[in-house]
Parts: sequence; structure tokens; C-alpha cells
Amino acid sequence: MQVHKYDVVIIGAGGAGMRAAIEAGQRVRTAVLTKLYPTRSHTGAAQGGMCAALANVEEDNWEWHTFDTIKGGDYLVDQDSAEVMAKEAIDAVLDLEKMGLPFNRTPEGRIDQRRFGGHTRDHGKAPVRRACYAADRTGHMILQTLYQNCVKHNVEFYNEYYVLDLIMVEDEEGQRRPAGVVSYDLATGDVHVFQAKSVIFASGGCGKIFKTTSNAHTLTGDGMAIAWRRGIPLEDMEFVQFHPTGLAGLGILVSEAARGEGGILRNSDGERFMERYAPTIKDLAPRDIVARSMANEVREGRGCGPNKDYVLLDLTHLEPAHIDEKLPDITEFARTYLGVEPYTEPVPVFPTAHYAMGGIPTNIKAEVHSDSEKTIPGLYAAGEVACVSVHGSNRLGTNSLLDINVFGKRAGIYAAEYAAGADFLPIPEDAADDTLNLLNRIRKGEGSEKVGQLRKELQDVMDADMQVFRTEETIHNAVRKIVELEERYKNIQIQDKGKRFNLDLLEAVELGFLLELAKVMSVAALHRKESRGGHFREDYPDRDDANFMKHSMVYRDDSAEMEGIKGLRFDTKPVTFTRYEPMERKY
Amino acid sequence: MADFEAREPESKVQLASESGGAGAIPTFDVTVQVRRYNPEVSSEAHWDEFKLTMYGTDRVLDALHKIKWELDGSLSFRRSCAHGICGSDAMRINGRNRLACKTLLKDLDLTKPITIEPIKGLPCEKDLIVDMEPFFQAYREIMPFLVNDTHEPERERLQSQEERARFDDTTKCILCAACTSSCPIFWTDGQYFGPSAIVNAHRFIFDSRDDAGDMRLEILNDKEGVWRCRTTFNCTEACPRGIEITKAIAEVKQAILARSL
Repeated sequence: MQVHKYDVVIIGAGGAGMRAAIEAGQRVRTAVLTKLYPTRSHTGAAQGGMCAALANVEEDNWEWHTFDTIKGGDYLVDQDSAEVMAKEAIDAVLDLEKMGLPFNRTPEGRIDQRRFGGHTRDHGKAPVRRACYAADRTGHMILQTLYQNCVKHNVEFYNEYYVLDLIMVEDEEGQRRPAGVVSYDLATGDVHVFQAKSVIFASGGCGKIFKTTSNAHTLTGDGMAIAWRRGIPLEDMEFVQFHPTGLAGLGILVSEAARGEGGILRNSDGERFMERYAPTIKDLAPRDIVARSMANEVREGRGCGPNKDYVLLDLTHLEPAHIDEKLPDITEFARTYLGVEPYTEPVPVFPTAHYAMGGIPTNIKAEVHSDSEKTIPGLYAAGEVACVSVHGSNRLGTNSLLDINVFGKRAGIYAAEYAAGADFLPIPEDAADDTLNLLNRIRKGEGSEKVGQLRKELQDVMDADMQVFRTEETIHNAVRKIVELEERYKNIQIQDKGKRFNLDLLEAVELGFLLELAKVMSVAALHRKESRGGHFREDYPDRDDANFMKHSMVYRDDSAEMEGIKGLRFDTKPVTFTRYEPMERKY
Repeated sequence: MADFEAREPESKVQLASESGGAGAIPTFDVTVQVRRYNPEVSSEAHWDEFKLTMYGTDRVLDALHKIKWELDGSLSFRRSCAHGICGSDAMRINGRNRLACKTLLKDLDLTKPITIEPIKGLPCEKDLIVDMEPFFQAYREIMPFLVNDTHEPERERLQSQEERARFDDTTKCILCAACTSSCPIFWTDGQYFGPSAIVNAHRFIFDSRDDAGDMRLEILNDKEGVWRCRTTFNCTEACPRGIEITKAIAEVKQAILARSL
């Protein structure tokens, strides 16, 4: 077994991981481990923009941005985190511009800005132009720019190294701390141990729990599941964002920028139905509200198409030249995948699983929480894998690109500072045993179940029962199915028994992550008997601040039980308030 | 360009009766031939044939997944985003370099078997997976990052819309290697930088904020640089992002000549 030694090890090379690497790499010896190549990361699929109150085109300030973020998250946002993010957004955008990011420009040569859902002037009075963008490929430009700067700073990457375990040990004071990670080299099938003083999780989300999703095939929640298996709680996992405009039937993302640039949603009557649900900002209401409104139109029989199962995104009133300049990629997606010409035809769309608001709990220094109060020295997380709770129960559009830049940078700085003053912890002899046993068990499995089939059944039940509308009954159904699939998972057989590029093996490991996270997500959804942001319970349609204005914390605990399900323990963490009192959320 | 403001759209419009895409989705049968290679098993490559029933909107990637998930789990290929933005799944489909996730089956000739091979010019590791390291090595050599050591302004550096448009096309590159591995010069001379590296050099050479254009032109004036390009246009045809690569290479050649005058 090979052992490598770095001050800081970063898991994941998307926006958060590479932004952290640029900071940590200039301070201490840093390695980035990614299961892909850095430029394949799903940050590159983000389209519409990154909000910051630059006020380049109209009056704006970071306090309005903070308020919008908190209200958008239905007040489950930790307000100290939101303040940090909105305040540092301005430098985050300027940092990227100086690194070379080719933002669209105003006639004066400044960074141009456009409207986006939920971002408003003066606490909800009207939409504001706050999103900095590069056509509809802002995420692509961020990913490329960060990779370019990693090349510039000679960041060390280990490409196609899957991190499969976190090594936690007790230090001399009895404090549990990370000593490194265990990883699997896809090319050779060899297991490598990386010893590190600081470890940063930046491994992204878990959208592949669902069938209809804008997420990449590789977004299987690895980081969240690895941390959870090592006793770290997961926060607010019941909150999933369903993006309103996925291409119907495919889930491919069509940016909210389409509506920011003037596109509107219509039902089968040709009606602009968002006027009924959000009279003030209509199609630019936050995503949870728009997604539910769309699903409701379909449910009440006003859907379009042969099966009446989608609504239409209408861009036909926009000038083709304007579409080409501002929305070139997404209109090409509509042409390529659905054969629809957006200049003249409306585009079929339906909500698609998009983003996990929950994840590994962190504070504003990106330090990982071991429980509701304490943090773990040397362990950090940033981006979608983390829950610093800037998004609360519903993330505003563009705030994820902002999150990865602000908290990725913070994670890199704080992890490097910690490593500079810390010693390596010894790696236990048996540190890789769990990983080796897991891989051996899967390789040698001779059961009758297939990974692809189990994953499909999981995704089907999650789409059916855990999407934008949930009830006690549907969630119970999902949990029952997940428990059944967990049993069947013990009985899988893979076909590829080799060492080189064995993706058959890795997909089986990833399915284990998905199953565990789906269970945490569903049981947390069962527990939260209220409706808030992305979590809508038809049996409890109102927000219930008296009982549920708090973060969910779910722990792995073999001796405990939660909502009748063994192996999970429930706790809560208070929401941090600074200056905003919860109000009814109307747009 | 003046700011464009969308006029307030109608609250209700008459939709065309056929608006919004397809009716019932038809299924069809396809035969797929995949070039297989696994040095753990044999030093020889061979072809495997699969017969599949697929749906109207399915892509080549869906066919590969169907094979992997239902018929042969050992079939190995890279993929991630599945909608043409991450650049993982460039491969030779019916002899042409394309992204598997951006190639709809219904757009191919289904009367004949569809052939799928790894991209050429990079060492094959297993099935459709090639060693990408030589490709990224060439990319790293052209200094693919903004260089500007002048005084940093407090706010953003200014750039006019025209200056920004000058290099827009080459910012679209997703480093999938479809272009480089379609280039006959690259097939015979692995030292050639290849179209993708030149595209990424172009992106900075023509960025008004960058100061290292001369250094990049010097690098590309090498015997393995732009002058090896014979303007066969394979790269432009292969690019899944529609970048006018041959034109970008020509602009780099012109910049080198203009500089030496």
C-alpha cells in the first residue's frame, strides 16, 4: 500500500475544491483528489450567474442580498453565514475577474449583471440585476478559470482517485481528528492512503438519488456518506431543491436566466400561471415556489403534451439575437435533445432534482461540526457537500456558485492555517482495512442482484414519493423501499472482476452511498412535520416555527432509532439569527 | 449594444396545437459494435456486437449505459454530466469524433450497425478509455492562465464588449479532446501541441487583459507548434461546442507573422 503525505488534502476538484486549493496550495503542501478530471466537475454545468451586489447597473447592496438569501431559504438560514456570503460575494466576483474569468460586460466595460429568481431590490420591492454572468455558461467559465489558476500555481492533482474513507483517530487529548483519507486509484485498482493534517471535503452533491435530475452521473454523495459512516452528522438532508426548468423527461437544466432574460412559463391554456402564485415577481419567484406551482398546474390537468405532464417555457417573444447572445447553450440543448426551436416554439419543462441544501454541518470558517456545538479540528467542508446553512430550506439561484467561491476560499485558508500549526497524526495499521474489505466483498459477491436495477428502483421511488409534494404515506413508502433495497444490496454481483478502470466496482460502491443518503433524507423528511422551502408536506402544509425552526441533525448510531427506523439518531441544532425576524414568505 | 429589455409578455397566448415537442415516443432496434480492449485479459482488441431496443430521445450514451447496466458490466467508458458540458465522453462514433451524450441515436443511420471506438492518437487504456495525460500536458505548456502583472485595480479590470467578443469563441472549449484526436498530424506526431492547446492559447492571446501573448506565440512558433497544422478542418468538424478551431489556429499563425514583421 502506498502512503502519501500532505499538509492539506482536498477531496473533489469542482469549484469549492479548486478555490480551496488555490489558497491552501500557496501556503502549505496540498493535494487535490478527484474521482474525475478537474474540468469534468459539475460546477461546469452551472449556467446563469453568480450574484454579488456590485451595483454595476443599478442600486444594490450586500444587505439586500443577505435578506433575499434568508427569506429565500424560508428563515432556516444561519444568518451569520448569509451575511458573510453576501458581503464577501463582491470580492469573490472580483477575484475571479482578476484570475481571468471572461464576464459579460456593460457598455462601460464593467461586469454586466442580470435578474435572477428571488433576488430583489430593497427587501422584495422588485427584481434586481445582481447576477454576474458569462452568457449561460457561467459555471463552465468558473471551473475553467479556477483550473487555469491551479495550473498557474502548480497545484498537485490526483485524477481519478476515488476517496472511499476518512481516517478518524483520537489525539492525545482524546479529541477525534482526521489523520487522512483512503483512496482508490481507478487506473490501477490500487488503494492509497493520504496522510494529512487537514482534510477538506469538496465533493459535491447527491442528485443521483433521484431519477429526474440535472446532476451528473457521478454525483453520488460520496463525501456526505463517507463522513456519515464515520459518525459525523448530516444536517437538513430533507431539503432538496427541484429546479423548475429541467427539459421535460430528461431533467437537463435550463437556466433560470431564461426567465431572468424575460422568458415566461405557460400552462396548456397558454396562461402565464405564475401571476396567480407570485403576483409581484411572477416567474422570478424562488425555485421551490415555481417548481410547486408547475407541479400543481400539471396535477390540476393544465399540463401540456400528449401526457399532459409538463408546462412550457416561452421565449418566443424575445429577439433571436438576444437569445443567441445571452442564452446560447440552453437553447442549443432544447434543439439537440428535444428537437424544439426556442425562437418559435415554447420549450417543454418540468422540475428536476438539482441541489442538496443539506450536508456536512459547518460553521463560517468551514470547520466541520461533530455535533450541534463542537467542531472537529482539522476537518473542513465547502460547497454542496457542506451545510454552512446559507441556503436554509431553499437555495436562491446563483448562490451555489457564490457559496463555492466564498466558502471554498475560506476552507482553503483556514485548513492551511490549521495545518501550519499542527502535527501529523499517526495512521493506524488497519486504516485501509474497511475499504479493502468493502471492495473485496463487492468483487466476490455472487448474488443475483444487479447494481443498475437496484439504483433504478431507488431513483424511481424517490421521484415518485420524495419529490416536490410529500406526505407521511409517500415518505413511508420511500423508506420501506429503501430498507428493502438495502437488503438486496447485500446480494449483488458485479461482472468486472479486474483491477484496471473497474467502474463496475465503483458504481456498486456509489450505490451504497446513495442508499444510505436516501434513507437519511427520507427519515429526516418524515420527522419534519411542516412545510418549509423545498420540503413540502401536503399533510402539514404550513410552516411551523414553534416546533421546527431548527436544523435537523441525523447521526449514524447502530444502537438508536428514529421514526421507527433503526441505525439513525436524531438531534437538532439551533438556527443562528442576527437581525432578521421570520416573516411570512410572500412574493 | 444597448441594454435589451423584454417587453412585458401577454398574460395569455394562443398556443399552437402541436406546440412543445413530440407525441408518443417510438422505440426502435439498433445494433451497436463496440471496440473492446483490456490488457488484463488480452493484448489484442476485438469488436463486440450488441442488439438493443432504444427510445426516441436516447443518445449513444444511453445505449452504452444499457449495455453496461443490463448486458455487460465490464464495458468501460468515461462519462459524467451527460449533456455535453463536462467533456468526458468523446469517442469515435461511426468513424467521427463526437460526444456520446450529445449524439442522438435517431440522427444516425440505423440501418447499419453503429460503431463505437476510442478516440485516436492517445494510448488506449481499456475499451473506450484513453490516457488523457499527453493531451493535458500540451494544454499546460501553452500557459493556460491570465498573466497580468500590472497594478491591480481595486475593482474589475475594464474590458469593452468588443474586446470581450474577440475571444468568446475559444472560451467555450471543454477539453474533451475530440479535436486533437481527430487531427491526422497529431496521429502521426504525438509531439504536436494539437488544436485544443492552440484554442486555449488563442483564448488568452486575444484577451485584452493578458500580457503574455508574445510568450505563448513564441511557444507555438516551435516546430511542433501551429505551423504543423495543414488546415484539414477535421478539428472544426469534430468540435462538439461548435468552435471555429481552424480559424482560431489561422489567427494565431497570423499573429506570429505580424509580430515578426
